[in-house]
Amino acid sequence: MDTPATYLELGFIVISVPNLLVILTMVGIFIAALLAPFPGHHAIEEDGDVRPE
Amino acid sequence: MSAPSSTPATTSVPGPADTTWAGAVRRFLERNLPLTHLLPSRQPFFVGSWVYIFGVVAITSLVWVVGSGIVLASFGPGWWHIEAMGRFVNSMHFWSVQLLFLFTALHLWGQYFMASWRDGRAPTWIVGVLVFLIALVTGFTGYVSQQNFDAQWIAINAKDGINATGAGSFFNVLDFGQMYGLHVAVLPATVAVALAIHVMLVRIRGVVKPIEPPAPKDAAAQATSGSGTAKGGKA
Amino acid sequence: MSTAAERQEAYHRGIPTVRFDLIREFFLALAGSGLVILVLALLMSSPDDPSVTIQQWSQQDPVDFVTTATSELGGTSFSATYGPPYTDGTDAVQAVGPFAPQAWFGNAVHLDTAQEFVLGPLGMAAPGNPELTAALATYKAADAATQQAWLTAYTDALGSATAADGQVTVPAGDYGPVPVLMVNLLAIGHTGGLDGLVLSGGNFYATNYTAPLLFLGDGGYFPALGESQHMLGSQWGMMNETGSYPGQAWLWLFSMWYQVPPFNTAPNADLLVVMLMGLLTLGLILVPFIPILRDIPRWIPIHRLIWRDYYRWRRTHGGPPAG
Repeated sequence: MDTPATYLELGFIVISVPNLLVILTMVGIFIAALLAPFPGHHAIEEDGDVRPE
Repeated sequence: MSAPSSTPATTSVPGPADTTWAGAVRRFLERNLPLTHLLPSRQPFFVGSWVYIFGVVAITSLVWVVGSGIVLASFGPGWWHIEAMGRFVNSMHFWSVQLLFLFTALHLWGQYFMASWRDGRAPTWIVGVLVFLIALVTGFTGYVSQQNFDAQWIAINAKDGINATGAGSFFNVLDFGQMYGLHVAVLPATVAVALAIHVMLVRIRGVVKPIEPPAPKDAAAQATSGSGTAKGGKA
Repeated sequence: MSTAAERQEAYHRGIPTVRFDLIREFFLALAGSGLVILVLALLMSSPDDPSVTIQQWSQQDPVDFVTTATSELGGTSFSATYGPPYTDGTDAVQAVGPFAPQAWFGNAVHLDTAQEFVLGPLGMAAPGNPELTAALATYKAADAATQQAWLTAYTDALGSATAADGQVTVPAGDYGPVPVLMVNLLAIGHTGGLDGLVLSGGNFYATNYTAPLLFLGDGGYFPALGESQHMLGSQWGMMNETGSYPGQAWLWLFSMWYQVPPFNTAPNADLLVVMLMGLLTLGLILVPFIPILRDIPRWIPIHRLIWRDYYRWRRTHGGPPAG
């Protein structure tokens, strides 16, 4: 891990592979959070614990 | 005006007005942040999205940052360079900082696209950005406190930008003592206070409601109770 | 007048609620994030490239070391002419027109580079060294014009200097006592004593590294080390970390400006970038009040994914009561 990182040149952007991985991971987590169903609440009428307020 | 449902018996005793400061604070809390709102057991059902966990994950990352930081501070700034356990604790500190900023950014994106500042929640947004900014400065003071090549590099290269603002006369990035003191004491406390205010504001107002679909141009449809307003609607 | 608590309850009235355990969620997040952090720490450790010492500098690149020390003695180095907050002078003061906040608060550190980096350490090492003692006396007794003549001639000669066995050799010339001063400074540097002398300034305790860091930064040796690690400003360096570790990806926008015109060639680039980032940060803080910025969430309907259950419920139930 102590050897210098590999750098990618994408146009005028020069980014290290580790930083790129961090950014891609962030975007991936965000998209996954948008799409993944949240346990128990996708069918509100079927949730026995729902209370109208 | 209805009395709060959780009023303890001692506050409903009639008699001379309570002019104590303690009483004023207590009434403020009862009016604005009763325990049922600070620690509710239920949420509006639309909070059923993974996007809502980014904030709490950022907070728990901060818990790990502070916890590992307390251990590092307890053994002094030189410990992690010479002891394997110190290096491990420093690694916990390093990666929890990475997670903190990662999930803070995700939380920012989520709240932005939910326009969570609506309905009187602009102060919550503003304080949230301030927490982020203070955390950035805290991280910076940490980087220049490492006492290694990275710290030397960042201090020497950052000084010109900071000096250009005039802040360099008060905030000397080359002064390890000052940077370390800010990093382990002053700034973590500031982050904690700002974060507490941010979380309290969220709990005082409750989660913002979903963005309403635009009203249809058909006035007749608008006259109904709203069953048609969201039909096939797009933002 | 309603309380905030009552307003919150009215705000959510009509929307079904579900059980949601905030405390349990906190502990689950704590455990989950802790596990991820633990795995990363165990697998990848953390970066710790050792610091560069003045000793290392004097040994690895003695010509650069002596050249820098000569400029410190002559008051012509980057630090010597920097200006606020370190030294007198104005060379590093950045301005946008008449706006120059760097100059508002004066010289806070009062660094005398000739004294701190050269004459002071040499003076402390002089006892028992008659040649050095004499050279120091000769230098201090000379007038400023003579000193500058020696220093200028010596600096020119250093352009064709050679280094061997840790010694720096220059072509013959009239440099007065300067070569003796520099030979001795180099020798002290080689022993590691200069690191302590420059840091302590004669005191016992030291926590302020302003002097040694400025000295190190004035040379060519230290910046070259950063370039090999992609840490120069022109290499998006602000985002990068030593080794193969992630750096500060959150500084992407700050770093970006330094790569593009006009910032990449501007002498006051730092002030320009800080002002621009300050403006953008203000914009971020005030998003709720800025048209277009605050409307984008409605135009880019990510919220329709987040709240899809709610919108489905609205279509079948007509939503909460109005008001």
